[in-house]
Amino acid sequence: MSKATIDLPPKGGFSFDLCRRNDMLSKKGARPPSYRKTGTTIVGIIFQDGVILGADTRATEGPIVCDKNCEKIHYMAPNIYCCGAGTAADTEAVTDMVSSQLQLHRYDTGRESRVVTALTFLKRHLFNYQGHVQAALVLGGVDFTGPHLHTIYPHGSTDTLPFATMGSGSLAAMSVFESKYREGLTKDEGINLVSEAICAGIFNDLGSGSNVDICVITKGHKEYLRNHLLPNANVYALKREYTFPKKTEVLLTKITPLREKVEIIEGGDAMEE
Amino acid sequence: MEPSLNDLNEPHSMGTTIIGVTYNGGVVLGADSRTSTGMYVANRASDKISQLTDNVYVCRSGSAADSQVLSDYVRYFLHQHTIQLGQPATVKVAANLVRLISYNNKNMLQTGLIVGGWDKYEGGKIYGIPLGGTIVEQPFAIGGSGSSYLYGFFDQAWKEGMTKEEAEQLVVKAVSLAIARDGASGGVVRTVTINSEGVTRNFYPGDTLPLWHEELPAQNSLLDILSAPSPEPMST
Repeated sequence: MSKATIDLPPKGGFSFDLCRRNDMLSKKGARPPSYRKTGTTIVGIIFQDGVILGADTRATEGPIVCDKNCEKIHYMAPNIYCCGAGTAADTEAVTDMVSSQLQLHRYDTGRESRVVTALTFLKRHLFNYQGHVQAALVLGGVDFTGPHLHTIYPHGSTDTLPFATMGSGSLAAMSVFESKYREGLTKDEGINLVSEAICAGIFNDLGSGSNVDICVITKGHKEYLRNHLLPNANVYALKREYTFPKKTEVLLTKITPLREKVEIIEGGDAMEE
Repeated sequence: MEPSLNDLNEPHSMGTTIIGVTYNGGVVLGADSRTSTGMYVANRASDKISQLTDNVYVCRSGSAADSQVLSDYVRYFLHQHTIQLGQPATVKVAANLVRLISYNNKNMLQTGLIVGGWDKYEGGKIYGIPLGGTIVEQPFAIGGSGSSYLYGFFDQAWKEGMTKEEAEQLVVKAVSLAIARDGASGGVVRTVTINSEGVTRNFYPGDTLPLWHEELPAQNSLLDILSAPSPEPMST
């Protein structure tokens, strides 16, 4: 009997096959596992010589902090970095993917990557997935046309701004920028402003916390200041190693060496290839 | 009522007020600058008037992502068309390209646009392309959530054959009236004037706009505080 259906090759994109089952389960009372999200405060500013990006370092799974020191500032190109908020897996995957695309593009064109190229790759991808890839990004970099700072929303829209904030702590950080930002900040002033904004997010938003990461990008040079500020030091942590009591009591230790058994064959065949 | 953090995952939409007006010799396009995500203003200085070609611009409203992608596609097709045609594209062609994409994807897009420009055959022209993808050539067009407050205003204030200055003043007045009444519109007023001589972009910050009924002048606004000189040291 011939098969009535042909096995189609698996199509790309999301498979919504289990959605009905999940609906049924949640109606019965089973709670789905919560996504690991980066609650997050991410910011960026344009200063005198380039761009400064900042991020907190807390990753959450529902109400639990699953990573106290994660990295939210992702490498895109030697002159372009991207902060990511939203579902951690989505931000990691999309920034990795576009970083590879940019590398291939650099081989093709033989030139330094431009920020608008990264922007277009990201916004096309996010628009094609209609917001299901939940990644909200702050993209910043310096190319030959100058410093650029963009925000990218999960549905694929973008904005170009002199200062930007994203994530659950964005309102707290934006309040700092709106009162203190001005054009032509020096590098130290910029780093202080960005740190202040991230700290506002860390202390006033439950989804953000731990430390402050900063990345300064200028023409031909970048500085990745991982854990630039540690305002939440773990003061009461034990200094000594954890030692656990041994569970099994040792009654007798006897070591018996096994006798070696070696056979010597005279005149055997030589090994052949 | 505290703003919910879920709002930050709302799609980025441009509440918006967009206007396009023809005058004797060209067109004036105008828009506000507020982009909102739920109840939060995500960008208070956005540019909703995008360039399609040297002589045709489009005002975008509705979903920010949809309208940006649509105008990117139309810019790309128009560029090809210009190369193939050997001369600048007409406003009618640009508007029809927008209409084709808008109509053929009507189930998936949520964006209303106003295409305006100048070409040597027809002069200044405005085409309104609302949700659904109809194309309507009009002497003036309004769109976006703030446009509801402007229908009566335009019925009374619009007249045929205005000068460039009159048209621009009309557009600025209309956008500022809409900003006063529509929560989803705000920020600054941007205008783009297109005629045979070329394109002029103008920008009207909030403090240059007229005050309407019950609006108070700004006191101790951030603009004053930031530009104030530092206070004199006290002396006995």
